[in-house]
Amino acid sequence: MYPRSFHYHRPSSLDEAVAMLGQLGDGAKVLAGGQSLIPLLKLRFANPEHLVDLNFIPATSFIRKETASLHFGAMTRHAEIERSAAARTIPLLRDCASGIADVQVRNRGTIGGSLAEADPSGDWANALITLDTTVHCLGSSGARSLPLQDFIKDAYTTALAPDELVTEVEVKVPPKGSGGAYVAFKRSAPVYPSASAAVQLTMTGDVCQDAAIALGCVGLTAIRATEAEAALRGKLVSADLNEKDKTIDAAAEAARAAADPQSDMRGSAEYKRQLVVALVKRAIQIAIRRARGEQVEGVHLYA
Amino acid sequence: MLAENKSKGFIFMPETAAADTIAVDINISIKVNGKPYSRRVEPRMLLVEFLREACDLTGTHVGCDTSYCGACTVLMNGLAVKSCTMFAVQADGSEITTVEGLEKDGKLHPIQKAFGDSYGLQCGYCTPGLMLSAHQLLSENPEPNEKQIRKAIAGNTCRCTGYMNIFKAIELAARNMRGA
Repeated sequence: MYPRSFHYHRPSSLDEAVAMLGQLGDGAKVLAGGQSLIPLLKLRFANPEHLVDLNFIPATSFIRKETASLHFGAMTRHAEIERSAAARTIPLLRDCASGIADVQVRNRGTIGGSLAEADPSGDWANALITLDTTVHCLGSSGARSLPLQDFIKDAYTTALAPDELVTEVEVKVPPKGSGGAYVAFKRSAPVYPSASAAVQLTMTGDVCQDAAIALGCVGLTAIRATEAEAALRGKLVSADLNEKDKTIDAAAEAARAAADPQSDMRGSAEYKRQLVVALVKRAIQIAIRRARGEQVEGVHLYA
Repeated sequence: MLAENKSKGFIFMPETAAADTIAVDINISIKVNGKPYSRRVEPRMLLVEFLREACDLTGTHVGCDTSYCGACTVLMNGLAVKSCTMFAVQADGSEITTVEGLEKDGKLHPIQKAFGDSYGLQCGYCTPGLMLSAHQLLSENPEPNEKQIRKAIAGNTCRCTGYMNIFKAIELAARNMRGA
């Protein structure tokens, strides 16, 4: 399958890329990892006249750890984040990076591209919305920084102007006593999840001080389950994870109510709501264990 | 381009087709299996078509052509990529390894040998892609456990074998490459 013919542009700096986008106007699209865009071009769902390829711009792929924050260059591949020792500071990031599609896609796909596409089934936006995340952008009117919740506007819609690019994603390191988990359920590796849950908790002993819970693939954007967060905040959560915990159950039920899924080829709306309950419970339990300092590995679920 | 349909979820509406763009061809140089290939290509030429048509290396297969099945997997600078989901112009200046590049001096690569010895293939269509995914795994992790092998080849679909002999082949290749 071939896309429609297009002009190919290869800027050598971010400034040049922005200037190109300004000149080329509406008919231009940005090519980052290409793992979503190229299939869309091949199916001719998108027919841009111009492609601006960011892959040859130096110094756009990096992972930098500062005292209180992690910084990811927009073109940093999922696989680089999966392997990065710095990203292990926040286990939820590694959960997310290592579970996106398959090895081949993770070798190409980028964190900046994932956020800029704002696919409702994309992984990064849902995982990062539970952390203090800032998206740094560059456009013809200069650089600006937006909190992630203001960056994502709707399904496939961001705050980016047509001649604006994501340059860097900044994530604040959570306070001491924090733990998080990102759990997605996929029918097979290469596909998007049927549903996903991101949980980030701050604990003092067995008391939950703060909670952020987000649900993916069950709405037009990632959904913050604020009632579910409230169900945990200030509460004692069972130290023995084998015991049925009423607080965790209440949070998971509140998450079910927050989900707004649609029936599609990945399952019925009711099935996805049920999935959300199970995923949120599992993510809370892993988050608590990690907050205690336990090492918990590989948490994505395949059918 | 996106329409929301409450009952059916998301559906994509094709954009109104613009008049065909007459694209400017681009000069690229790609080293494939150690040999440099310089060609002038249309920007929309996929890497897999470059390998098959311009380099005449037909060992790399087109399966689903939608980035699912992994039959078109090749190594780009040592990392597995789906060559149906990359344009040839994006591989400009890089080193590509296809299944034809595994064999050295008429001798099969240990991964190829192990796939044969373990009956890790039937029709063989997915095999080149699987062997290159296995290649990335074994060059990063010489002693993978079963879970790591499963994860490494999760992007490669095989409709014949049921995968068990493929796991055995990769385990055998790992043992042989370690000299154990």
